[in-house]
Formats: sequence, C-alpha cells, structure tokens
Amino acid sequence: MSVAVAFDKARADGRAALVGYLPAGFPTVAGATGAIRAMVEAGVDAVEVGLPYSDPVLDGPVIQRAAEIALRGGFRTRQLLSTVEEVAAAGVPVLVMTYWNPVERYGVDAFARDLAAAGGAGLITPDLIPDEAGDWLAAAEAHGLDRVFLVAPSSTDDRIAMTAHACRGFVYATSVMGVTGAREHTSAAAPALVERVRRATDLPVGVGLGVRDRAQAAAVGAYADGVIVGSALVRCLLDAADLAEGLAAVRDLTAELAAGVRAARR
Amino acid sequence: MTASAAGLLPDAAGHFGPYGGRFVPEALVAALDELDAAYRHALADEAFQAEFGRLLRDYAGTPSRLYDATRVSAEVGARILLKREDLNHTGAHKIRNVLGQALLTTHMGKPRVIAETGAGQHGVATATAAAMFGLECVVYMGEEDIRRQALNVTRMRLLGATVVPVSTGSRTLKDAINEALRDWVSNVDTTHYLLGTVAGPHPFPAMVRDFARGIGVEARQQCLALTGALPDAVCACVGGGSNAIGLFHAFIADETVALYGFEAGGDGVPTGRHAASITGGAVGVLHGNRTYVLQDEDGQTVESHSISAGLDYPGVGPEHAWLHDAGRARYEAVTDAEAMDAFRLLCRTEGIIPAIESAHALAGAVRLARSMPGATILVNLSGRGDKDVATAGTWFGIK
Repeated sequence: MSVAVAFDKARADGRAALVGYLPAGFPTVAGATGAIRAMVEAGVDAVEVGLPYSDPVLDGPVIQRAAEIALRGGFRTRQLLSTVEEVAAAGVPVLVMTYWNPVERYGVDAFARDLAAAGGAGLITPDLIPDEAGDWLAAAEAHGLDRVFLVAPSSTDDRIAMTAHACRGFVYATSVMGVTGAREHTSAAAPALVERVRRATDLPVGVGLGVRDRAQAAAVGAYADGVIVGSALVRCLLDAADLAEGLAAVRDLTAELAAGVRAARR
Repeated sequence: MTASAAGLLPDAAGHFGPYGGRFVPEALVAALDELDAAYRHALADEAFQAEFGRLLRDYAGTPSRLYDATRVSAEVGARILLKREDLNHTGAHKIRNVLGQALLTTHMGKPRVIAETGAGQHGVATATAAAMFGLECVVYMGEEDIRRQALNVTRMRLLGATVVPVSTGSRTLKDAINEALRDWVSNVDTTHYLLGTVAGPHPFPAMVRDFARGIGVEARQQCLALTGALPDAVCACVGGGSNAIGLFHAFIADETVALYGFEAGGDGVPTGRHAASITGGAVGVLHGNRTYVLQDEDGQTVESHSISAGLDYPGVGPEHAWLHDAGRARYEAVTDAEAMDAFRLLCRTEGIIPAIESAHALAGAVRLARSMPGATILVNLSGRGDKDVATAGTWFGIK
C-alpha cells in the first residue's frame, strides 16, 4: 500500500496527514510493535519504522539513544521486516526509514523484495540522495515501492526538482538545517521550502524535524500535506518508567497531534 | 591506474570506480558543492597556490627532509629512507591538508571551522591554523581518545580551540566524525568542516589528497637526488589514509615502485580486535562514501581496536579501496606488538621517537625488508611520538 493512500485520505478530509516515526527494536522488538500499533490506534495516518543503525548522523540525542538501546538488545535487520509485517496489518501504510548501509549490506534488491513481501510501502533514505540511488530506484520500481528522498532549506531549485522527480509517495522536507529532535519553535524556513517543492511537483509534501505538540502540528499542517513527528514520540518511550506507561504516553501524544492536524487552518 | 595518476580520478561526482561518492543528508549537498567549486578554483588559481606554497614553506617548514636511516637499515637489511613529516610544524603531515582547507575556508568567507580528531594530531593542526587565520575552532574528540592523548587535548586548548568530548558509541574517531557531521548539518552556513583524512563525501577524498600530495612529490625528488633512483617500495600507515595517499600519489605512475599501506592490526586480524578495514572488512557505506568498512552481517559498524588512536577507525579512504582492488597498492595489517617493536627500534637506533601510527609503517618496512633484502624502502614517518610517550611507557613497563 503506497503512502499516497494516506495523503489522499487526509486531503479528502481537508487536512494534513499525520506521520509518526518510531524505531523497530526499541525498547524491545515486541515493545516497538506495541508502540507502533498504539500510534496507529490513536490516529496516525501513516507510519515510519526506523531501522536502528550504529552511526545515525542525521539524528539528535533522542533517536540516537533509542537506536543504541535497540542494538544493545541484539536487534537484527530481519526483525525490522517482521515488525513491518506485524504493523502493516493495522491498516495504515508503513514506510521504513533507514540509513543506507544496512540496506546495501542486505542486498538492495533482496531488501526491496522482502520489504514488499512484508507489506511495507517503501523507504525513506536520509543519507541516500537520488544521485547515488540507481540500484534502489531500480529495485523500488521492480517491487512497486515508494521512495521518499529528503529536501532541505539549503537545496537549490534544481536539486529540489531532481529530487522530487525521483520520489514516489511524498517528498520529505526537512524544516530546519539540523538533526532530528523536538524544538521549541517550528521552523520559519519550512513554508518557503514547501512552496518551492510545490513548484516542482504535484506529489504531497511532508514536513519533519522539530514538531512535538498539538500547536506545532496545527501550524505545520496549515501549509504542508503531511506532518512528521519522530523524536517527541520516541521520547514518550524513553522517559517512561515502564512499557505500559510509555504506550499510554505515545497514545496521548498521538491523539494530541491528530487533533492538531485537524485544527489546522488551511 | 593511469587515470588516477593523471589526476583524473575521481570522476566529477567523486567516484573512484565503485568507491567514494556522496552518501549524505541532502542538507549538506549545497555545502559540498560550494566546497567542490572553491577547491577546483583553488587548484587552478595561481594566487591561491602561491599563498598555500608560502604557508607550507614558511609556516609548516616543508619540504620535510628525507633521512637516510643507516642505523636502522643495518638492523633490518634494507636501505630505509624516512620522510620526516614528524618535523613539520605541529609534528605531523596533517598540517599540509589543514593549511589548504583553512585557506579555502577564508576564501569561502566562513568564520568557523570544526574538526574531528583521533590521536589529536589533526585537531592540533586545525586549532593551529584556526589561531593563525583567526577562525573559531571546535574539535570533536572521543572520550577514550581524550584519555589516551591528553597532551594533544591541552595543546588544542592552549591554541584557543574548544574540545568537545564525544561519549557516544565507541567514544573514538568514528563517533567524533558523527558528532562533527551533526554540527556541520546544523551550522553549515557559517562553518567549514575541516575533515582530516581522505574519507568522507566528495570532494573531501580528492581535496585532502591534493593538499597532502606534496609528501610524495617531495619524497620522489629527494630519493632521486639522494640515491639516483626511485625507491623499490614506499610504505605508509593507513587509518583513513591521508599520509599514505599523500605519499603514494606521486608514485602511482612509477610501475617499478611498490606501494604498501599498513593497516592497524590491533591484537591480530583473526581476533576481530583490529582496525584493518581493507584486510578485514567488507565493502559498505560509512561517513559519506562507499569503501571498505568494518561491519557485521547487518551492516552495523563494528568497533575498531588499535593501540594507535590515529588509526583506530573502521573505514578507509575510497581511493585506497580502489588502489587495492586495482592491485596497484598492497595493504597488510601490522599488529600492536609489531608496531611497538618498530617504535622501540627507531628510538634506540636513530634517536627518533615516532608516532605509534607511523611505527606501523616502519614495522611494515621491517617485514618487507625480509623479502626484499638490500632494497630501498621509503617510509613515511608521518608524525612524531611525543603524544604517545605515556602509552609507550605503559606498553614497555617504563615508569
């Protein structure tokens, strides 16, 4: 199921889609599955499942810490695929967000094949730009998967056009120059970036990096097609005394964010 | 090989065959393009080259000498020539690349530089150049390296740099690079990432090579002047590989000259506790380029191990990966114990205390001498060993 389904549905509702990120394997493989399901039940329109990686250079301390915990717990790539399979049954599109080396190590075509077989929608690739993505684009085409590349405030119009052209599903606009993590204020640069992406493509534009609460979700939802939340959700699990408390916090925050995208004035 | 020798590699997108390239967040692409343009302009700009040359000569003290190490030669049975990069200002080859990039930084109008450092040599060189150019300087360094290279931490702080301890992952060079990349993506408008080796995304591998290649250009001329011939082999240690590529590059077209890179074998490659990416790793992507990487079955980076902080890195520059595959250079591992034997040999025969990194190159030359008796072997003595006296004292049980 392409993630386009989630964007279409939200658009029909006259609002932005809410996309929630949580890493697989954190705090445990089963715990992650439960947390992602909780997120779906509480109202996300699409899910990003992170593949924990040893060297997450685009991530701030919260997601770094979660990845470290997952890897210390012995997390393996094949468990990502089983996680995708379990949460895909919950009924919303499931994308995988991953740094490139684990995919290359697995085998690009084999990974695409197994992700498609698990019911995954496609990949978001924070350190793979279309310039280096020949093998992935071929594999995604062969297995019918979405490929979501990132654009940034620093991207030139030419690069935005090239990147958007390579995307399927949506275009991921990073709202700030920086790493993942909740921020006090949403970015001033993001609306202009979204506008530049719109000039290049008819694909939906999702905005991520720094969104943490209802007001910010509403603010971003007013100009973007998708609001992407990661670190704030991961923090719910990191800060919780136990898994049950973590799941409750994930549910509460997701509900708040879902209300935010519905409250956006478009 | 002729392509590399003629300076045609990498291609315009930074590929050395299947290696190199750019595996980075899109947010960094504009800065890498800006850097690439500034570097290409500088290569052809006579004023830039004149200024770079003046700095190398008057400030760094190059060309470094080529020393006919007769006492160590008598011990090992081959003629050992030492390229004395340890005598450069700040005590290592690193100053060459740093001066080039610091000059570029001022041309790009950026007021701040950041750097990663393992042994501290690149951090010291960067702090030095930043002081001289009036740039703000932040150096990321793993906590483990801060502990074992305390002298260089103090040097950086004396020079006005901020040293930021990195406590994630293995708390060594790999993690310092991660932190530097995170800083860069957050502050790229004002900041140049002054990367210290021939790794990272394009254009770093080519640019750092070009700033360091004077090592080999000088050594080639000096060897001809001293011996009337080219050396039979040239040797360098390889972590990321900047001193090695700096030495090798001028010799690549000389088919009679064997090129040897010695990786850090730690406790021995079969033990798994080593930093020999080519000898004991597999092809993957790390820190912005495709190369040989120490990794597990899932592509997670494996922690490297070496007595030498400067070689303690689980990747290697992409041009080395290419030279290895092409068969033009040979890469072998040298264990901690072999390196420390060579360290002591140089101390006792020549009165030179080498960096432990450079002792790996000498240990490789000692091994090579057994199969090439009487040969002329040119060794890059890439750095001096003051920073390593505590480690060496512990190793040898000297209080």
